Amino acid sequence: MSTRLSSAGRLLNREAAVKFNFNGKYLQGYEGDTLASALLANDQMLMGRSFKYHRPRGVVASGAEEPNGLVNLGQGARFEPNARVTTTELFEGLVAESQNHWPSLEFDIGVVNNYAARLLPAGFYYKTFIHPRAAWKHVFEPVIRKSAGLGRAPKSRDADRYEHFYAFVDVLIIGGGIAGLQAARAAGAAGVKVLLIEQTPHWGGRAPVDGAEIAGKPAGDWIRDTLKALGKMPNVQIRTRMMGAGIYDHGYALAYERLSDHAPDNDLPRHRLWRIRAGQIITTTGAIERPLSFAGNDIPGVMLASAVRDYVVNYAVSPGDRTVVVTNNDDAYRTALVLKEAGLEVPMIVDARPDGGGALAEQAKALGIRVETGTAIAKVNGGKRVTAVEICPQAGEGKSMTLVPCDAVAMSGGWSPVVHLWSHCGGKLIWDADHAHFRPDPDRPPLGADGQGFVSVAGFANGAMGFGDALRDADDAGKAAAKATGGTPKRSAAPKAVDVEMAPMAPVWKMPQGAGYKLRSKMWLDFQNDVKVSDVQLAAQEGFESVEHTKRYTTLGMATDQGKLSNINGLAVLADSLNAEIPQVGTTTFRPPYTPISMGAIGGEARGEIFQPLRRTPTHDWAEEHGVYWEPVGHWRRAYCYNHKGESVEDAVQREVRATRASLGLLDASTLGKIIVKGPDAGRFLDMIYTNMMSTLKPGRCRYGLMCTENGFLTDDGVVARLDEDTWLCHTTTGGADRIHAHMEEWLQTEWWDWKVYTANLTEQYAQFAVVGPNARKLLEKLGGMDVSKEALPFMAWADGKIGGFDTRVFRISFSGELSYEIAVPASQGRAFWDTLLDAGEEWDITPYGTEALHVMRAEKGFIMIGDETDGTVIPQDLGLDWALSKKKDDYLGKRAQERSHMADPERWKLVGLETLDGSVLPDGAYAVVEGDNENGQRKTEGRVTSTYHSPTLNHGIAMGLVLHGPDRMGAVLDFPKVDGTIVKAKIVSPVFYDPDGEKQNV
Amino acid sequence: MSDAISALDGARSEGSAVVEELGLRGMITLRGDLSSKTVAAAVKNLTGLNLPQQRMCNSRAAYGVAWMSPDELLVMIPYGEAEAATAKIAGALAKEHALVVNVSDARAVFAIRGAGAREVLAKLAPVDLSKERFEPGQFRRTRLAQVPAAFWLRDPDRFELICFRSVAQYVFDLLKTSAAPGAEVGFL
Amino acid sequence: MLILQCPCCGVEAEETEFAGGGQAHLTRETVGASEENFEAYLFMRENPKGVHFERWRHANGCGKWFHAARCTVTLEVFGTYSAQTTRPPNEICDKITARRPGWSLKDWGSGKFA
Repeated sequence: MSTRLSSAGRLLNREAAVKFNFNGKYLQGYEGDTLASALLANDQMLMGRSFKYHRPRGVVASGAEEPNGLVNLGQGARFEPNARVTTTELFEGLVAESQNHWPSLEFDIGVVNNYAARLLPAGFYYKTFIHPRAAWKHVFEPVIRKSAGLGRAPKSRDADRYEHFYAFVDVLIIGGGIAGLQAARAAGAAGVKVLLIEQTPHWGGRAPVDGAEIAGKPAGDWIRDTLKALGKMPNVQIRTRMMGAGIYDHGYALAYERLSDHAPDNDLPRHRLWRIRAGQIITTTGAIERPLSFAGNDIPGVMLASAVRDYVVNYAVSPGDRTVVVTNNDDAYRTALVLKEAGLEVPMIVDARPDGGGALAEQAKALGIRVETGTAIAKVNGGKRVTAVEICPQAGEGKSMTLVPCDAVAMSGGWSPVVHLWSHCGGKLIWDADHAHFRPDPDRPPLGADGQGFVSVAGFANGAMGFGDALRDADDAGKAAAKATGGTPKRSAAPKAVDVEMAPMAPVWKMPQGAGYKLRSKMWLDFQNDVKVSDVQLAAQEGFESVEHTKRYTTLGMATDQGKLSNINGLAVLADSLNAEIPQVGTTTFRPPYTPISMGAIGGEARGEIFQPLRRTPTHDWAEEHGVYWEPVGHWRRAYCYNHKGESVEDAVQREVRATRASLGLLDASTLGKIIVKGPDAGRFLDMIYTNMMSTLKPGRCRYGLMCTENGFLTDDGVVARLDEDTWLCHTTTGGADRIHAHMEEWLQTEWWDWKVYTANLTEQYAQFAVVGPNARKLLEKLGGMDVSKEALPFMAWADGKIGGFDTRVFRISFSGELSYEIAVPASQGRAFWDTLLDAGEEWDITPYGTEALHVMRAEKGFIMIGDETDGTVIPQDLGLDWALSKKKDDYLGKRAQERSHMADPERWKLVGLETLDGSVLPDGAYAVVEGDNENGQRKTEGRVTSTYHSPTLNHGIAMGLVLHGPDRMGAVLDFPKVDGTIVKAKIVSPVFYDPDGEKQNV
Repeated sequence: MSDAISALDGARSEGSAVVEELGLRGMITLRGDLSSKTVAAAVKNLTGLNLPQQRMCNSRAAYGVAWMSPDELLVMIPYGEAEAATAKIAGALAKEHALVVNVSDARAVFAIRGAGAREVLAKLAPVDLSKERFEPGQFRRTRLAQVPAAFWLRDPDRFELICFRSVAQYVFDLLKTSAAPGAEVGFL
Repeated sequence: MLILQCPCCGVEAEETEFAGGGQAHLTRETVGASEENFEAYLFMRENPKGVHFERWRHANGCGKWFHAARCTVTLEVFGTYSAQTTRPPNEICDKITARRPGWSLKDWGSGKFA
């Protein structure tokens, strides 16, 4: 059984007991425990079920590389799936549940997949579920989805908050082991700004567990002293619980700080995503131990040797009473020594190397541990827990020689540097045959903005596989990075560390060497994804030669593992199957993040009210108080209509239209763009920007204009007012304000930079309201101040003046066909002016109206709307706007494009009005169909609806549409199929449904 | 004039920094030749301030001049003076190619002050706000979360920030969230 | 995520402050242009593996357009320069040649010097 030892536990506070709950049971641990160590201390070795076969799984590792120990953590609004037990710090009241099983962890129905494993090999999805086709959707997929997968999605809204933080440093060091500490010290001493981050709560990495001696003192003391020295450097900052998640172009790095995962009751952001820009990045991310591939290596109780050591030393937990150590290198002997020292039994060290180990092996033998060289584990016995191992010669085929009863196995297949971060941004790797691993190739680093490398790797992560080497390597890296960022490194030597002499490791990719299919199909490469040696061999056999293809076919190293444990072993098996060398097979691509980071952290502050910017006009609050139904227009909120109590949206729109046409309406048009264009060349410039002539506009007058892009398509429209000799005010659509301002600046800065023109976007300087309807003038006259008569201010004129005591600019323009004034006041007075208009207009039943009433009224008048009648493929000629295309001008943006053959094609669909025969409203976007199919086998069409409304004025449906030869086919009836298959018949009419002569607006 | 109200009417919040909307401020966009003596004189006459260096903001009492781009300044004055001041500068520059417009109502102005002010902004803007790299007088146009904004260090622990009026509430909520107690980073 | 220096306001900023604007140094074709030339102006763009000249705008900043000389393979930035020019200035070309010996402007788009 696994249990708590009586020793102290390096990271535990034995004074502070912590209660927690796992699968409904209350258990106890100590402050400093991880969930993994606390579960082991309670003999809870079984922690989950595997992805595909639902095999029982226990913890394998002790850190971020753990593939099996994934649990549902927390409840309700703090629920999170796939929390790693090895990186979850224990806290009082923690609630966790194992996942991926039904009905329970101990008894899981899904384990039948295990017995059918032979039927579920690599790629079984692609092979098995092809026929019959319908069965995929209704039978196979639902079943697979129920039995596969990890965890479950949270149901409640996340209760926590998250944030980003932008940080700028000279040198970022990722990984707080002894190499990271030394690199920070060396770089810090050189005077540059350093940030050192460590993903766990503890500094020093493995060195204290592995009994390193540095500068003549125990590793723990050296770490403490170094932290003290770093604390005295004002230019160095260090942070724990902060993982280097990814490295990107030009010195950009993401770091994931976990602020309150370990203390959820503190009112802190849960996670903080650091967006760091560093001059140089050093990764001192250490190395990860590899599993060995022997049959049954996934049975709970089989763990990495280093993890076993960690649990004993750091947490005073013994994973088992009798632990067999199996290895191909000397490092694992440390585990045997630690176990023995803790008073636990080590019945055998199984060393695959014929010649065995070096100094550590001698120590083990001296302690009386039985060491068997040239041997292998043929098979692990046990179901939910290891009961014994069968030992055989490594060279053979797996014939069992000895049965060794045990309840844990500590395995070590060698160490792989953590090269993920180096690789994220293009750092290349080289194969180190001595250690059978990939390590960074210093000659091919990720390149920064200056074309020079900006990432270096030091310590074990760089393949410096001894404490002394690692420290020297880190010291060099720290100094080099500081120098590259303008620092002056001190002439000091790296601290010395004593390393035991190690015998060479031997690559062992299968145990035993000649294992047959039966054994190979129980050798797990990727524990979480249930990929075995036999699966990779099958993939190779079926022609998947590329490692990337094999990864996808078998799912090796996908999802949570990301190649941390499985990568090298999988590559080696693939290489062997392909008769290739490992470096020729290469590795899969390491992608960020290093381990999963929360969606909340990625979103940062952008949630709830500040999920995205919401633009408000000065009447926003008034609208909120008066039944507004909002329409999002870009980031703006515009009133779609204002509902009276109990009124439907449709009824409100109809009422608003009728009231405006009958008497008086009021529209908040503040969102329309207002761009000032000024200068000696402004007229010439606007003649290029607009299709019609703006330079001839007289001061005091307004003109409607069209804008096209250089490829001829309509992009915006609006009324232009000439303010004085060299100043124009250009109105744009709501969505066009920023875009058109940018468009103008682009042409001025990049093409006509010698033209003397300045622009300014004044959109938000003014609140602008349209006072509309037969009584509009009466209202303004009542308020008094300026002459708004037909004579003083005719249609398409503007004037500055006072209205009701407000400083205003009044435009006699109309988008409704009614007598209409658009009145601009400074935005800060917008609300007051709005209130004044409403009060004074009461006697005419003044009716505020929204965008939908505006749409209906403009459609009744046949006015086009950018975005309805246009979609980026429509030219002015399609809309019958030829009158707005100046014939006098040599050039304007879009002119040449409109001469292209497709633009001048008489077959282009053109704008017409459409009136249904039965008075109903045509469906928006409906197509008119004709007999026959096109070359793609689709029904032939001859037109489409671009705008469609019920007109309360005419009391029937009206629409605009683009129709083949439309203007020449007045009176023709078209067929518009609806979604339900029925047909609506509509007659082609003029698009101007209301007051075609403009008598109402021109009064 | 008495009816004029700023976007948030002086909203205020206290956390790791004090965030407050500063009410109405007169602001004039001046586009023109910044090397012109006439431009410098017109600005000096009005504000008593010299033209700022690139990416700087000169301030004196209620007056300020900020460098917006190679051909643009932002002149800050009391709100009530803006209309007349705009006309005055425009008049002074009548013979030059220049654009002078009152933008007082198009913007909202905030102060972010206190020891945590740098970090409040550093959670939202991709700018190095360390004491060595962002000093009093420096003016930065950038992105604040999802909207454009500009801020400058008015005093050693007081930033002022301008954004468009329509997003004033969004910006206030951002700053308030960023300054929520307990979220001090301890980095800057 | 790139870092670029805006030559107009001098700021060195991350990519989120900027907006890319495609290939630099196009010559505008208009009324009178042949169909081929006009089509090329509208649609034909260099897509080199290697040295490239691009338009950028400091959208969340001073608002100005500028040009950047950049390697599309390594993302090295050779320099940024004024948008008010019809060809890369000599000093930018010299910087590129210093980093890609033998390169000259006529190689733009040739696929050499990746």
